[in-house]
Amino acid sequence: MIESKGHPNRLGLWGWFGGGRWGVERYLYTLHRLTGLGLLTYFLLHILVTSSRALGQASWEWAMGTVSGPLFKFGEYLVFVAFAFHAINGIRLGINELGFGVGPPIEPVYPYRTSLDFQRPLVVGVLLLAAIIVVMGTLNFWVLD
Amino acid sequence: MMRDQKLWTWHLAAGVVILFLLGMHMTVMHLNVTVPLKGLNPAGGHPIDWANVVARGKSAFFMVTYVVLLGAALFHGLYGFRNILFELNPASWLKKAVSMVLLLCGLALFVYGTWAAIAGFSLAKAM
Repeated sequence: MIESKGHPNRLGLWGWFGGGRWGVERYLYTLHRLTGLGLLTYFLLHILVTSSRALGQASWEWAMGTVSGPLFKFGEYLVFVAFAFHAINGIRLGINELGFGVGPPIEPVYPYRTSLDFQRPLVVGVLLLAAIIVVMGTLNFWVLD
Repeated sequence: MMRDQKLWTWHLAAGVVILFLLGMHMTVMHLNVTVPLKGLNPAGGHPIDWANVVARGKSAFFMVTYVVLLGAALFHGLYGFRNILFELNPASWLKKAVSMVLLLCGLALFVYGTWAAIAGFSLAKAM
């Protein structure tokens, strides 16, 4: 059996940031990955910090005191923003993955249309929804809390 | 279904689970004023105040959902990270090594986090 060697990823990580005339979807892809990596990093640390709850009040309050202050609060806010974007954009990706919102298959007749014409309203809706959640979080973090 | 297809399907399924459970977690912890859920922060004040932590910690529902969220998020995050690394076309031996390291890290964190969730539940119930 001949094993496929695949296509070399020549741009590597630089391909996330540029390399062609890409639409906004490509940069949402990059942002989805960056927020995913950020959330993963936070989550791994979060497991370690919040496990202090199992050891009682003193341990919990010591751990929470260690990760308090303006810098940590701002970091936590960034995590919230990343979550809002990653979650709502993830819904869009799931919808597209299942074949919805990409338009029907059509003959390639000039002037050509792309599935991006169908996807764009979903992109706008996703960004608006994420923005609403971010505004609610911003109020909660910096104004009302 | 090929192995990677199965793992990708699990990745999407885990994403749906995370969407609900982490959405709930974020609402309780970070939208406590804009979306007040009084029953989940019964002592008032900040959601991370010890009294609120104990109140939520007494709930078996929270303990179970913490463990489910832990497993789903570890799988979703580490599998996504693995995909990003694999796109850089590492050598075959390196792919195997990366998979093994991520699997072991994920399992260790799952065991540790599950212990913490159960121990926290037991501690809160005893108070």
